[in-house]
Amino acid sequence: MTTEHPGLRESNLFNRDVIHEIQRAAREGIYGIRGWGSKRYLPHFDDLVFLGASMSRYPLEGYRERCDTDVVIGDRYASKPLHLKIPITIAGMSFGALSAQAKEALGRGASAVGTSTTTGDGGMTPEERESSTQLVYQVLPSRYGMNPDDLRKADAIEVVLGQGAKPGGGGMLLGLKMNERVAAMRDLPPGIDQRSACRHPDWTGPDDLEIKIRELRELTDWEKPLFIKIGASRPYYDTALAVKAGADVIVLDGMQGGTGATQDVFIEHVGIPTMPALRQAVEALMELDMHRVVQLIVSGGIRSGADVAKALAMGADAVSIGTAALIALGDNSPEFDEEYRKLGSAAGYYDDYQAGCDPAGISTQDETLASRLDPVLGGDGWQTICAPSPWRRRSLPGPVVNPTC
Amino acid sequence: MEQLFDLAQTPLRELNQALHDCLPDAAESVWRIVNPKGEHAVACGIDTPADVQIQGHVGYYCAGMNKQAHVVIHGNAGTGVAENMMSGLVRVKGNASQSAGATGHGGLLVIEGNAAARCGISLKGLDIVVRGSVGHMSGFMAQRGSLVICGDAGHALGDSIYEAKIFLKGKAQELGADCVEKELAEEHLTFLAALLESAEVDADASDFRRYGSARCLYHFDIDNADAYA
Ligand SMILES: Cc1cc2nc3c(=O)[nH]c(=O)nc-3n(C[C@H](O)[C@H](O)[C@H](O)COP(=O)(O)O)c2cc1C
Repeated sequence: MTTEHPGLRESNLFNRDVIHEIQRAAREGIYGIRGWGSKRYLPHFDDLVFLGASMSRYPLEGYRERCDTDVVIGDRYASKPLHLKIPITIAGMSFGALSAQAKEALGRGASAVGTSTTTGDGGMTPEERESSTQLVYQVLPSRYGMNPDDLRKADAIEVVLGQGAKPGGGGMLLGLKMNERVAAMRDLPPGIDQRSACRHPDWTGPDDLEIKIRELRELTDWEKPLFIKIGASRPYYDTALAVKAGADVIVLDGMQGGTGATQDVFIEHVGIPTMPALRQAVEALMELDMHRVVQLIVSGGIRSGADVAKALAMGADAVSIGTAALIALGDNSPEFDEEYRKLGSAAGYYDDYQAGCDPAGISTQDETLASRLDPVLGGDGWQTICAPSPWRRRSLPGPVVNPTC
Repeated sequence: MEQLFDLAQTPLRELNQALHDCLPDAAESVWRIVNPKGEHAVACGIDTPADVQIQGHVGYYCAGMNKQAHVVIHGNAGTGVAENMMSGLVRVKGNASQSAGATGHGGLLVIEGNAAARCGISLKGLDIVVRGSVGHMSGFMAQRGSLVICGDAGHALGDSIYEAKIFLKGKAQELGADCVEKELAEEHLTFLAALLESAEVDADASDFRRYGSARCLYHFDIDNADAYA
C-alpha cells in the first residue's frame, strides 16, 4: 500500500487503525466500546441492482399511478394488528442510550408518516408514548422498567433475543449516561457502568419461549401483535423457531445494525450481514408456508429508499431503521464538526454514543446538550426522509419491488 | 361471593379475561380455581384486590406481573411463578421451579417448599421468602428487594448482584462474582423479622447471614478482571 511518500508501505494487517487500537488497548487495558454499527466492508444492498421494466414487464407511471405502500403487521394471532402507512418502522433504541427529546422526536416523526416506533432497553417514557401513535414495547432480558401497565398501553410487544450488532450480547450503558432519571427507571444506582443481561431471566430455548409468548398474550388479552427480534447469527433456524414459538412478526437485525454501546470486537466480528440473513429468513418462512403470514421486518444498514425497495423485493414485509433516523435528526451533521473535533472525532466519524457527550443532543443524558434537539423540529426532519419514500419506491418498477404495487 | 373456575371445564382464557375485567379500584373479590393441572399463565396480569385460591399444581408464569391480588397456590408452581410481580402477595404452598419471582418489582412472594435455580433473578424490588432451599444462580444480577432463604443455596449465590439483599440461614455452596457477606446490623434484623412475620414463616432473624454486592464490578476496569474468575 503506497502512501503520500512513495516507498513507505503501510501494512495491510497492521495498518494505522490497527496500530492505534493496539496502543489504546495497551494504555487503557479494556476493550473499545462504541456506538454505531460495523464500519468494515460487508456485502450490502449496494451489491444488488433492480431489473427495470422491459418487454415482458409492465411499468407503472411514476408520480401518477396509485401505489399502495401500507402494510398490516401482526395479524396472525393478534386481534389488533398494526396498520402502517409505510413499510419503514423505527427500531428500538433505549431511553438512556438516547435523550428523551430524541425519543420524542422519533415518535413525532413516525406518527406523522403513519408508522410505528419502538421503546428500548430502559422502559417506556411518557413522552414517547404520547408522541407515538403506534408504539412497540420491547421485552428484553434486562426487563428494566417492565410493568403490566406499559405492556397494556403498548400497541405491540417485541421480545428481544438479540441485536445484529451483538447477537448474544446484552446492552451497555456507561456511567456518564446513568443519570437519576435513567437509573430510577432501571432500578439501579446512578453513575454505574451498567450491563444489561444477555439471557432472558425466565425462559431458555424455543419451547419455553412459546410458553412465555402465551403468557404475554394472556396478560394483554390476545390483542397485541407479538414480535420476536433476532440478531442475525443463525437466521434460518431462528426464523423457523420464532414461527414455532408463536410470533406474529419476526424482526431480523443484520450484522450492520447500529447500537448505543457495544464492544467494537463484537460489532465487527460477530453475526451475518443483513442481506444474506434476509435470504435465509425468507427461505425458512417459505418452507413453512408462512411467508407473508408471519411478517418479516428487516434492519441493519437501511439508508435509503433503494435499500428499502431491495429488502422488500427480497421478501421482507417492512424494514426498520435506527442509525439513519438518528442521522436525519442531526447526528454526524457537519454543523457540529468543530465540537466533534474537540471530542477527538469529526462529522462523519462520530460513533461515541456510549460517552454521552453528543453535541447533536441525541445520544446524551446531559440536559444542556439534550435541549439542543427540538423534538418538534427533529420529528419534522426525519419524517421528511420517510414521507417521500412511496414516491421513491414508485420510481422503481412496481412489479420487481412488490407484487402489490 | 366466591367465583369458582374449573379449568377442566372452562378455558384459561375465560378465567384470565374475567380477572382482567375487574377494575383496579373494585371491591375485593374471591376466586377459587380448581383443576389447574399444570396449566401455564394461570391468573397472570391481575390488577384488582382479589383473593385467588388455586387448588393444585400450576405450570409456568402463574400470577405473572401480579398487582394487588393475593394469590395462593395449593400445590407446586412451574417456572417463573410471579415473574415481574408489582405488588400484592403470592404464596406457593409447595415447591417452585426455576426463576421464581424473576424481575419482580414489588410485593411479597412466599415459597413454603424449595425453589429451584435462579430464584429472584434480576430482582427489582420484590421481597421473596423461601422456607426451604434455593438452586444455583439465585439472586443473579438482583438489583433491589430481598431474597430470604431459610434453607441452603446452590452455586453462585448472588452472582453479579447490585443493591438487593440476600438473607441466608443455611449454607451457600459458593458465592457468585462480586457477592460478599455483609454485616447483619440492627436495621437489617428489624427488617428481616418484619418480613418473616408478614410471610408467616417461623424463623429467628438473628440466625441469618446477610449477603450483598461488593460493588467491585460497578465500573468497567481491567483491575476487576479477577472478580469474574
Ligand atoms: C443508539 C441506539 C440504541 C439502540 N438500543 C437498542 C435497544 O435498546 N434495544 C434493541 O433491541 N436494539 C437497540 N438498538 C438497535 C436497533 O434497534 C436496530 O436493531 C439497529 O439500529 C438497526 O440498524 P441500523 O442502525 O443500521 O438502522 C439500538 C441502536 C442504536 C443506534
